[in-house]
Amino acid sequence: MLRFALLRILSAIPTLFLVVVLAFLMVHAAPGGPFDQERVLPPENARNLAAAYHLDEPLPRQFGRYVSRLVRGDLGPSYYYRDHSVSDLIGAALPKSLQLGLLSMALALLVGISAGTTAALKRDTLLDRFVTGFSMTGISVPVFVIAPLLVLVFAVQLRWLPASWSGSAGFDRLLLPVLALSLPQIAYVTRLVRASMIEVLSSDFIRTARAQGLSTMSIIRYHALKPAMLPVVSYLGPATAAVLTGAVVVEIVFGVPGLGQLFVRGALNRDYTLVLGIVIFYAILIILLNLLVDLLYGFLDPRIREA
Amino acid sequence: MKSSPAAVAGEALRLASGGGVRVPAAILLLLVAAALLGPLLSPHDYFTMDLSGRLQPPALEGARLFGTDDLGRDLFVRSMSGARVTLLVAVVASLVSLVIGVTYGALAGYAGGRIDAFMMRMVDALYALPFMFLVILLMVAFERNFLLIFVAIGAINWLDMARIVRGQTLALKQREFVSAAELIGVTPAAIVFRHVVPNLLGVVVVYMTLTIPQAILVESFLSFLGLGVQEPQTSLGALVNDGIAQMERAPWMLLIPATILALVLMSFNFLGDGLRDVLDPRLRER
Repeated sequence: MLRFALLRILSAIPTLFLVVVLAFLMVHAAPGGPFDQERVLPPENARNLAAAYHLDEPLPRQFGRYVSRLVRGDLGPSYYYRDHSVSDLIGAALPKSLQLGLLSMALALLVGISAGTTAALKRDTLLDRFVTGFSMTGISVPVFVIAPLLVLVFAVQLRWLPASWSGSAGFDRLLLPVLALSLPQIAYVTRLVRASMIEVLSSDFIRTARAQGLSTMSIIRYHALKPAMLPVVSYLGPATAAVLTGAVVVEIVFGVPGLGQLFVRGALNRDYTLVLGIVIFYAILIILLNLLVDLLYGFLDPRIREA
Repeated sequence: MKSSPAAVAGEALRLASGGGVRVPAAILLLLVAAALLGPLLSPHDYFTMDLSGRLQPPALEGARLFGTDDLGRDLFVRSMSGARVTLLVAVVASLVSLVIGVTYGALAGYAGGRIDAFMMRMVDALYALPFMFLVILLMVAFERNFLLIFVAIGAINWLDMARIVRGQTLALKQREFVSAAELIGVTPAAIVFRHVVPNLLGVVVVYMTLTIPQAILVESFLSFLGLGVQEPQTSLGALVNDGIAQMERAPWMLLIPATILALVLMSFNFLGDGLRDVLDPRLRER
C-alpha cells in the first residue's frame, strides 16, 4: 500500500509541472502586457515598471524565477491589486469558495447516494422513473441556467431568500448558491449510484446474504454499499473540477467574493500573476484530490493495489 | 461492427426507429429546422435595434413571438440564430475532438506495448488539468477569436474519445482481417487508417452525440462569461447571460433561451444514451 501511494505521489509531479509550464507560456504568449490598460506611460517609467516586475528578462529566466518562488509557496505580487500578493488574495477568497464547494459536495453525496439507492431498490417503478428522469434533466441543465432560475423563483418572485451574497449576513445567503452548485452533482451521483447499486444487488454474494435472511436495510448497509461506492469515488476527481468550474458561475450570479470571481476578474484585468496563481492552485487541488481518490480506491478494492 | 458508411447509416436508421431514441431525435430535428429556417420566416433580423420597442413581452402582434430584448431586438430571431451558432460551434468542435481523439487512440491501441502505455499516461496526466481555466486564459489572451473557440473546445474533449477508441482498437487488432493485412505487407499507418478506423465508426458516431452536449456546455459557459461570441452575434449562452441582467423586468429574456439550451442539451444526452445502450451495452460504464 505504501509503495502504491508513493508511486502515485511521484507520478503526480510531472502533471503538475506540465500545468505550470502550459499556464505560464499561455499567459506570457498573450499579446498586450499587464500594464497596457492604464494611461500611456513615458517610456522610461514603463521600462522601470517592467524591470521592477522582471518583465524585461528573457522568458526562461522569468520562468526559472517563477518556479523557484513557487516551490516556496510564493505566487508573486498581483499586477492589478498593487499592494497585495497573489497568495493573500487567494487566501482571502478561499474560505467562501471552500464553504460553497464543500457544502455542495456533501449535499450531492448525501442526496445522490440515498436517491440512487432508493431508485435501484425500487427499480422500474414510478419512483425510479421519476428519479431517473430528474437526474437526466439535472445532468443536462448547466449551472448557469439553474442559478439564475433559482434566483428568479426564490428571490425575485417568492422573496424567500436573498438574491445575492451581500443581501444577507446569515446562513440563508448560502442556500441558493449551494443548491445551484450541487444540483448537477446530485443528478450525476444519483445516476452513478443507481447503476452500480443495481449491478451489485444482482451479484451472488447479495443473493447469499438474502438467503441467510438478512433484512434489505442490513444488506445495503453491510454488504452492498461499499462495493457500490467505487464509481462514486472515482467520480470525485471530475466532480471537483466540475464544482470549481460551476463555482465560477455561481459566484458571479450571486456576487460571492470567492476564488471563481477573483479568477474571472483577474482574467479580464489581465492580472497575469493572479490568474496564473489561481490556475496552479486549482491544478494542485485537482491533482491532490485525484491522488486521494486513487488511494481510497486502493483501500476500497484490494485488487487495484495488487496490480 | 459494420464497416461501410452506408451500413453505419442503415444501422443508425434502424436504431432511430426504436424506442428511447425517437423522441430526442425528433426534438433535435425540429430545433435544427427552426434554427435554420426561423430567421428566414420572420420579418425581423437579429441585430436591428428598435429603441421604442424595448422589452416587449412575447406576442403574436408584429410577429414578436418571443418578445424583444433590452435594445428592442427581436428575441425569436436572436434565439434561433443563437441556437445556430451554438450548434455550429458544437458540431465543429466535436469534429476537432473526433479527429484528434480517434487518431491518438487508434495509434496508441495499434502500437500497443510501451508506446501505448506512455500515450495513455499522457492522457491521464491531461485529465488532471483544469482545462476550463486554461481555456478562459486562452480566450482572454487571444482576443476572443471565434475560430479559437472551436479549437479550444475540441482540444478539451478528445481525451474520452481517445480512451474509448484505444480500447476498441485493442480488440480489433486481434481480428483476422488485421492479421491478413499485416501478412500481405500493408504498412502500419495504412492498417490503422484504412482498416481499423473505419471499423470504429459506429462507436465513434454514438460517442459523438455525447461529445456535442459537452462542447455546447463549454461554448455557452464561455459566452456566459462574455468570452465567447461577440455582439451583435449571439449564442444561447450569451442570451442567457443577457437574460440574467433583465430577469426582474423581463423574465422571458432568461426563460426562453434557457429552455432552448436545456432542451438541446437534454435531447443530445438522451439520444446519445439511447444509441449507446442499443449499440454497445459494454460502453455503459466508462
